[in-house]
Amino acid sequence: MLADLPLRITLAAATLAAFGGIAVKAEAADIRIACYSDGNECPATKILAERFMKDNADIHITIDEMPYKQILESVPVQLAAGNGPDIARVSDFGQVASYQLDLTPYLKDPAYWQTAYGPVLDWMRTGPDDHGIYGLMTQLTVSAPIVNKTLFDQAGVPIPAKGATWDDWAVATAKVAKATKTPFGMAWDRSGARFSGPAISEGAKFFYSAGHPPMVDNGFKSMAAKFVKWNQDGTVDKDVWVSTGGGYRDAFEEFANGKIAVYLSGSWQLARLQKQIGEGFEWVIGDAPCGAGGCTGMPGGAGFVAFKGTKSPKEVARFLDYLASEPVYAEWMVMTSNLPANLDLQKKKLDYKLTPAGIAAMAQFQANAATLSPLAYKLQGSAMSRPMFNATVDRISQAISGQITLDQAYERITSDVADAAAAKNRK
Amino acid sequence: MIGTIASQAAGRLYAAVMNLPERPMRWAQGHLPDGRLGWLFVGPNLAIFAVFTFLPIIVDFYYAGTGGTNLLPTERPWVGLENFASLLACKDYFEPNSCVRDQFWYAIWNTVKFVALQVALMLAFSLVTALVLNRKIIGRGFFRAAFFYPVLLSPVVVALIWKWVLQRDGVLNAAFVGAGLQPVEWLLSARSAFGWTVFVSIWAHMGFYTLILLAGLQAIPADIYEAAAMDAAPPLRVFRRITLPLLMPSVLVVLVLGLIRAVQIFDEVYVLTGGGPGSATTYLVEFIYNTGFSAQVRQYGLAAAASLLLAGVLLVLTLIQLRGMRAKGSSRG
Repeated sequence: MLADLPLRITLAAATLAAFGGIAVKAEAADIRIACYSDGNECPATKILAERFMKDNADIHITIDEMPYKQILESVPVQLAAGNGPDIARVSDFGQVASYQLDLTPYLKDPAYWQTAYGPVLDWMRTGPDDHGIYGLMTQLTVSAPIVNKTLFDQAGVPIPAKGATWDDWAVATAKVAKATKTPFGMAWDRSGARFSGPAISEGAKFFYSAGHPPMVDNGFKSMAAKFVKWNQDGTVDKDVWVSTGGGYRDAFEEFANGKIAVYLSGSWQLARLQKQIGEGFEWVIGDAPCGAGGCTGMPGGAGFVAFKGTKSPKEVARFLDYLASEPVYAEWMVMTSNLPANLDLQKKKLDYKLTPAGIAAMAQFQANAATLSPLAYKLQGSAMSRPMFNATVDRISQAISGQITLDQAYERITSDVADAAAAKNRK
Repeated sequence: MIGTIASQAAGRLYAAVMNLPERPMRWAQGHLPDGRLGWLFVGPNLAIFAVFTFLPIIVDFYYAGTGGTNLLPTERPWVGLENFASLLACKDYFEPNSCVRDQFWYAIWNTVKFVALQVALMLAFSLVTALVLNRKIIGRGFFRAAFFYPVLLSPVVVALIWKWVLQRDGVLNAAFVGAGLQPVEWLLSARSAFGWTVFVSIWAHMGFYTLILLAGLQAIPADIYEAAAMDAAPPLRVFRRITLPLLMPSVLVVLVLGLIRAVQIFDEVYVLTGGGPGSATTYLVEFIYNTGFSAQVRQYGLAAAASLLLAGVLLVLTLIQLRGMRAKGSSRG
């Protein structure tokens, strides 16, 4: 019996060790990330997450890749039901603001975040009194005209230079379309954010002095009238804004298929531009067109935000700390061909693995980012930006299709935004 | 030998399993008063019905009386009939732009027009198709299957197929260009897009209603037609005096089912046009979906109120159907 003892002890120890091991493994914090990709953001994050998990065995990260629409429509409902992910990649921060977790107490060095990501942290905050850190921007985007240079060259029309107005661009693209028998001069993504850059350039202020909507002023009206006219006279491809009733629609396929000379979109399209068009034709990024209010595009982008419902706030913060560290963030931006939201990295030259056209495009996007109007930043960060954008798209589309007049559209945009604000504020 | 033993064992096991409910059933028979045993049988079904049908209806009523954008009922402020008042506030109900909720009224009138046109055309086409398929024509089986085939397709698939056909660079325009004609913006003009939603809906559902009418036609006794033939009655009179009156119960079923389905139109149109251009093809269910689930500021209360108004319409249509069915039953009895 005594002789058996060491064996038994060994077995018991082994059993304990095995179960202990399981117990330790079971204690590993599970982090679920709901992610969508503009290009390859989710696969790139997965590579970084796997590397992070190797060094942090107590954390297990699962990245659920889903369509953008699902993030917009399902994640807020999941969060409201208390069943949401720990982190999600969102572009509409206002929609999830009440569920966001302030990471400040869990971050290694919140001061670094404030210094490195200061301006864009405001986008995730609920107002001027909110100083929380809720997440990490996965990119900084800037809207700009993407130009089919081959068509301009064929038409013998020079690409509008720095300082050219939207009217100049409209005239030039119409000439190119006519000369090259291209169906349309321009297309703008069906997006209120895309419309807002030109509207601000035209003088739109979007906020009253008190900082609340309504948003329709002379600058807004001026750009809306021009845009409707361009859609109706064929300068702009009407199909993008009119053929669908609701939501976002981009015009990338039209541009990639050479059906438009200029495409108003943004820096997030870089990966697609390289991959889908490649050397099919020569494309370049134009300077931000101007108007009475200046020359600006719209900033934007998506970010990983953490949520209050997480059971592992410390681990969530640790992973975001890892992604936010300068070398990892720089690598991430290079992997995804995105502009960095990190202020120090914006000053440095990142070693993007791009084609010569891609490198030139990235440089131009960066140059355009430097000219962004402060109002554009404020609008993007406003909790009411999405209701403003959505009302713009819905009502301007109706005006283009002739269902309502422009004046009726202005009235409806104002009342739609007021209605959304009232619903949001109702407790 | 082994086979016999195995067979007996399997038989006993089967009997044991089948006898499992016997004891609880005997107990229930012994302990439940007369007439209550039936509840035991319908109980599970009623429970499922209560959880998945009645409870959502109650929740819908509650949400319709609340405001704000919070999802959880406990976090929603009670606003009474405000949502209904907001939906129904209008200077001129025939001019949606004079209403507080113009999109709701665009959706209402679009739905009314859609229902009237789609149901009338679908009934007519289904009837003609059924009459043709009821005749002894070559390839009758093939044509019956061909007309029914779209019914088997998912509405999303139907819409995607037609989107490929109708979009600006779609199959139809490719054919036009190939024939030297100008491409047409099928889905960019309000009238054209509306017309196509009606057509696609008829194309997708006509087979089902044709089948109902075909069954109705085959139930008409052949001797009546023989008597008419002996009297040398002209075909149109046979149709008006014999076929149509005897087919009326089936026509009524088609009419009411078609009406209910047309009022509920959503998936095909949502994929085909997204409710555009503008809101020319936004129907009532899409308005509810957009208001409650798609908009950035989700007004669940407003969506719930609109859905209750829709439910009211569907209830009326269902009552008409029930009344029609009762009338059909009493005329037979």
